[in-house]
Amino acid sequence: MYSRAYKWIVSTPPILWVTIFLLLPYALMFAHSFWLVRDGVIAHEWNLQNYAKLFQNLVYLEVLFRTMRIAAGVTLLSLLLGYPLAYYMSFHAGVRKDLLYQLVIVPLWVSYLVRGYAWKTILGSEGVLNGFLQYIHLTKEPVSFFLYSPFAVVLMLTHIYTPFVFLPLYASLEHIPRNLVEASHDIGAGSRATFFRVILPLSLPGLLAGATFAFLLTLGDFLAPLLVGGPSSIMIANIVQSLFGTAYDWPLGAAISVSILLLTISLLFFTERLEKRWSVR
Amino acid sequence: MTAAGSTTEHAAARAAQGNVLLEVRSVAKSFGPREVLKHISLEIAAGEFLTLLGESGSGKTTLLRLIAGFEQPGSGEIWMSGERLDTLPSYRRRVNTVFQSYALFPHLTVQENVAYGLQVSGATKSEISGRVNEALQMVKMQEFAASRPATLSGGQQQRVALARALVNRPKLLLLDEPLSALDANLRKQMQGELKSLQRELGITFLFVTHDQDEAMALSDRIALLKDGGLEQVASPREIYAHPATSYAAEFIGQTNLLRAEISNGVAACGSLQWPATQPAGPALFSVRPESIHLSNDAAAPSDAVRFRATVRQQIFSGSSEHLELEAAGQSLRSRIPARGPLSGQHEFWFSPADAVPVRE
Repeated sequence: MYSRAYKWIVSTPPILWVTIFLLLPYALMFAHSFWLVRDGVIAHEWNLQNYAKLFQNLVYLEVLFRTMRIAAGVTLLSLLLGYPLAYYMSFHAGVRKDLLYQLVIVPLWVSYLVRGYAWKTILGSEGVLNGFLQYIHLTKEPVSFFLYSPFAVVLMLTHIYTPFVFLPLYASLEHIPRNLVEASHDIGAGSRATFFRVILPLSLPGLLAGATFAFLLTLGDFLAPLLVGGPSSIMIANIVQSLFGTAYDWPLGAAISVSILLLTISLLFFTERLEKRWSVR
Repeated sequence: MTAAGSTTEHAAARAAQGNVLLEVRSVAKSFGPREVLKHISLEIAAGEFLTLLGESGSGKTTLLRLIAGFEQPGSGEIWMSGERLDTLPSYRRRVNTVFQSYALFPHLTVQENVAYGLQVSGATKSEISGRVNEALQMVKMQEFAASRPATLSGGQQQRVALARALVNRPKLLLLDEPLSALDANLRKQMQGELKSLQRELGITFLFVTHDQDEAMALSDRIALLKDGGLEQVASPREIYAHPATSYAAEFIGQTNLLRAEISNGVAACGSLQWPATQPAGPALFSVRPESIHLSNDAAAPSDAVRFRATVRQQIFSGSSEHLELEAAGQSLRSRIPARGPLSGQHEFWFSPADAVPVRE
């Protein structure tokens, strides 16, 4: 049995941490979303008008849908890139496995901002991509739509989040006992049937975890639109940022934050249920 | 490799070899610098129950994996029914495997696991359900058709694995230590079921095990492997009565190895002497413990090799006594019918016919 003192010492730091950095901020945010701003000051009067605004002013819903479209694009693209990579590495890379794994991980050590700026230099009108296209005489003048478009945001975030999709996928593929693949071949299934009937179903939990990462991380991103997105690809987090900043409407910002939080939590809840259903071991 | 013998099983196995199903021709396999199989040649008759017996690292599982198609031979060929097998991918071979760890698909039910092979081969729905039922009935697992493998016991999973492999009606069934994960009682029971299933279906079984008792109980013939080479291929009775090598003699059952010197048609090992037909020089003989008799128990034939020995140790095991003897500087093991405590010196004998010459 542990002593009382020991229990106190062990449990106090996490309780403090959760209270100060999670419960308190969330409570404040939640409270703010039901207050209002009057004459440039936050008035502590309980009301629902912030939530009403979300549905009255279509801009917010429009931006939310755009954000979700971008997030879906990033999720899809990172799966399309991450799955073949994870599959190849897990089943066919042999001795190069460890090296390749490190190569996938290394970009995670590079600052998000550095990678964002790198895309700026690649996609800009004086950038590497335009320089190359003109060099091979595919275009005569710099193409301007590479940068400052939702496309650029999707491209940059796909680059940044593909490792996050790759990791859980790779882990779930590595967990598939190899004798299941042999058993499948043994009883008459070729590589294609084995992939769709054994490997893919058994990797679904990892696929779902990776997709959830990419989707939710994109949903909360506000730097990519600032760096490479431009006005046409403002995302919901940019609106929250401006409401808390220059616009000084904390209650409305808080209401949006609470809505996104609810969306995120219900999504996590849903995927967790699915993951449990799909993971059979 | 097969030594001369006259038991009926042996004759039957030989006659059956007229109808060769699988032929392994000088197959060798290395993993890096390690030579796992050293030019193995082996024929398996249709309908035969052949066991690959050997210690871990003897190459028995590698040979099985080559036949299944999970590995490619370094050199040599494998043929089945007049068709080259080793160049076919494993999913084209009419060979199915029961894996040591069962390898059931965890995301599929028992029924779906068994149906898998038929589904990928494009059988019709009605054919699939008929044959799946038949296969599940064969292994008495119909009532678990809708269960997931994780909810089944080891023995039940084993049966499902068997049904999954048999539903494709293979010409050859490979079994990779299928009983090693089961407890002793269940193991005995499954041995019996496997054997009767094999007789009923008439499918050729290639069984891998490291357990010599299991090999003896189940097999028509045993192929004994050591360090990637075949020591002996023969029926259990033949291999027990006439082990080809000292390794075969010691691995299958217990034995006494007598190092003798032959001159003028007489083998001499210390003070023991018996007639031998081998050429002069050193020779090794195997004498089974049950071939060494106590003179008081059994009347010795006229040509018996008699000797006096000291009983060093006696272990009673119900119907028999295991004796550790010392005679003429040799330590010998004997198994005699139970007869009460023994001590001191006694006279023992063995028949020269039971001193089987073996290679080193």
